[in-house]
Amino acid sequence: MTETTKTENPTDCPEAGSLEIDTNLRRFISDFTDNKVAVGALVVLLGIVFIAVFAPLISPQNPYNLAEIDILDGRLPPGTESMTDMTFWLGTDDQGRDMLSGIFYGLRISLGVGAMSGFIALCLGTCIGLAAAYFGGRVDSLIMRLVDLQLSFPAILIALLLLAILGRGVDKIIIALIAVQWAYYARTVRGSALVERRKEYIEAAHGLAFSNRRVVFRHLMPNVLPPLIVVGTVQAAHAILLEATLSFLGIGVPITKPSLGLLIFNGFEYMMSGKYWISFFPGVALLVTIVSINLVGDQLRDVLNPRLRR
Amino acid sequence: MSIFIIRRLLQSSLVIIAMSVIVFFSVNVIGNPVDILINPEFDQEEMERAIKALGLDLPLWQQYLNFIKNAFQGDFGKSFVFGESALKLIILRVPATLELAFTALFLSILIGIPFGLFAGLRPESPVSKTIMGGSILGFSLPTFWVGIMMIMIFAVMLGVLPATGRGETVKMLGVEVSFLTWDGLRHLIMPAINLALLKISLVIRLTRAGTREVVPQDYVKFARAKGLSNRRVIFVHVLKNILIPVVTVVGLELGNLIAFSVVTETVFAWPGMGKLIIDSIQLLDRPIIVAYLMIIVFMFVTINLVVDILYSVLDPRVRLQDIKA
Repeated sequence: MTETTKTENPTDCPEAGSLEIDTNLRRFISDFTDNKVAVGALVVLLGIVFIAVFAPLISPQNPYNLAEIDILDGRLPPGTESMTDMTFWLGTDDQGRDMLSGIFYGLRISLGVGAMSGFIALCLGTCIGLAAAYFGGRVDSLIMRLVDLQLSFPAILIALLLLAILGRGVDKIIIALIAVQWAYYARTVRGSALVERRKEYIEAAHGLAFSNRRVVFRHLMPNVLPPLIVVGTVQAAHAILLEATLSFLGIGVPITKPSLGLLIFNGFEYMMSGKYWISFFPGVALLVTIVSINLVGDQLRDVLNPRLRR
Repeated sequence: MSIFIIRRLLQSSLVIIAMSVIVFFSVNVIGNPVDILINPEFDQEEMERAIKALGLDLPLWQQYLNFIKNAFQGDFGKSFVFGESALKLIILRVPATLELAFTALFLSILIGIPFGLFAGLRPESPVSKTIMGGSILGFSLPTFWVGIMMIMIFAVMLGVLPATGRGETVKMLGVEVSFLTWDGLRHLIMPAINLALLKISLVIRLTRAGTREVVPQDYVKFARAKGLSNRRVIFVHVLKNILIPVVTVVGLELGNLIAFSVVTETVFAWPGMGKLIIDSIQLLDRPIIVAYLMIIVFMFVTINLVVDILYSVLDPRVRLQDIKA
């Protein structure tokens, strides 16, 4: 199968002093801000993350506190005022929940599941990829066979397979998303670790008779991380989209923890009667999230890719 | 060459065996089949008889062997919901899914290539920039949400297209198809576009990249120097050369389309196998779930095997590298 030694490591000097790191960081920032669209996307993304983190504080109501919602407010169009003088800027769903608050809480679950699964998959994939590159031989070919095999199946199919077996739940969807993502990380890490492994500082570390563990985690790992940032952003967007899709299909998060996908599903049955807002606005929130992550990821790839460096 | 094929065949069968073990044991370990398969109102004696009849008193490995034996005979048990053979139910749904997937594939080529060609020939034009921006959007849009929005606009607001179902079908070569009747075509168009969206973006990008690579080549310059018309240069000399990689990649995407049709079928209530599996997961109809998983694994392993072999025929480096590894 094809070898993937994709991006080379941009930090040329691993043991650099603080001054060097400072100029590197400064160059990184100035490169990144070259593209105004990407900067805008980053601002939007930070706003979304802020909303997700502080949802309970900034939402007009707590949509899951039964005392705060009134079923008589159900399915009101956007901009309607309730009897208690609260304006539903984005309308309400069938239970009388404020859609805006619902979306804030939904973002929290969507991003939470995406970030959690992404982080665990990153750690797992990094360890496996490092092991493959460092030990080589049989370990390497076995791991890479497994990676190739998994990547030959579409992600949605693997998630579907796992969820069909495990059932519905936040923990289960996280497991499914980890299973889908780890292989991408493992492949990327292995690619850049194979390049790094041949460099002199690794040889020097071996010369000092450091243990395998120390060489891998203290010397090799920090130098294979930058390409992972790019893969990480792309994968985060995929994971959030996949979670939304699975939740929409009714095999993702449970009804008590509605992510954006489940909110869209809830509005689906009211679509036929023209009550568009229950599905429309969560979808817009999802779309804005995905597009901004993708735009930031695109720019990061351009900035971190040494072949495109001016 | 034959060594390569044998190795790949062995690997593929290994994957299928591994998957059957995983599917069988996880279904049996996670859920107790006795609870699901047997009427809870049975008394003790009836229950024991039923357990024996279903072979559930045997050790697990023996049950697994029975499962494999039956699977080879096409028997995955009866659906709890429909009371019919699970395999038959799935096979009956396959034509609908394939029709949807192939229509989407066809659409993505039909729409993607002209747009990509234009964007590649005039990279600086604002129209091209719009096309490329649109293709980024195509990658980011959640398929299911776009489907819902399409239903809202075309079925609910404008009322020009039907929202769900397959419409009128006619038999062609013994298989029910929609695309030969006007009503069926109207039902088919929205789901097919919805499923094709992502692939249209992909084809646009591939075609654009290919065009930009081919245009500066000597043979294109030579064709122009010969005084051939612009149309002939583009449609014969340029298009012919970008078509091969584009068609190859798009062909490989067929499996992906079949997998993603799960989403589109659910949104548009298209009666394919994707809709069946989602319904079955929600109803805990295990025989169908197990049969679907095994069929889909088998299908993908076969697709991958064929692709690998074709690749090794076209590009001997793949084969040599594999033998070395």
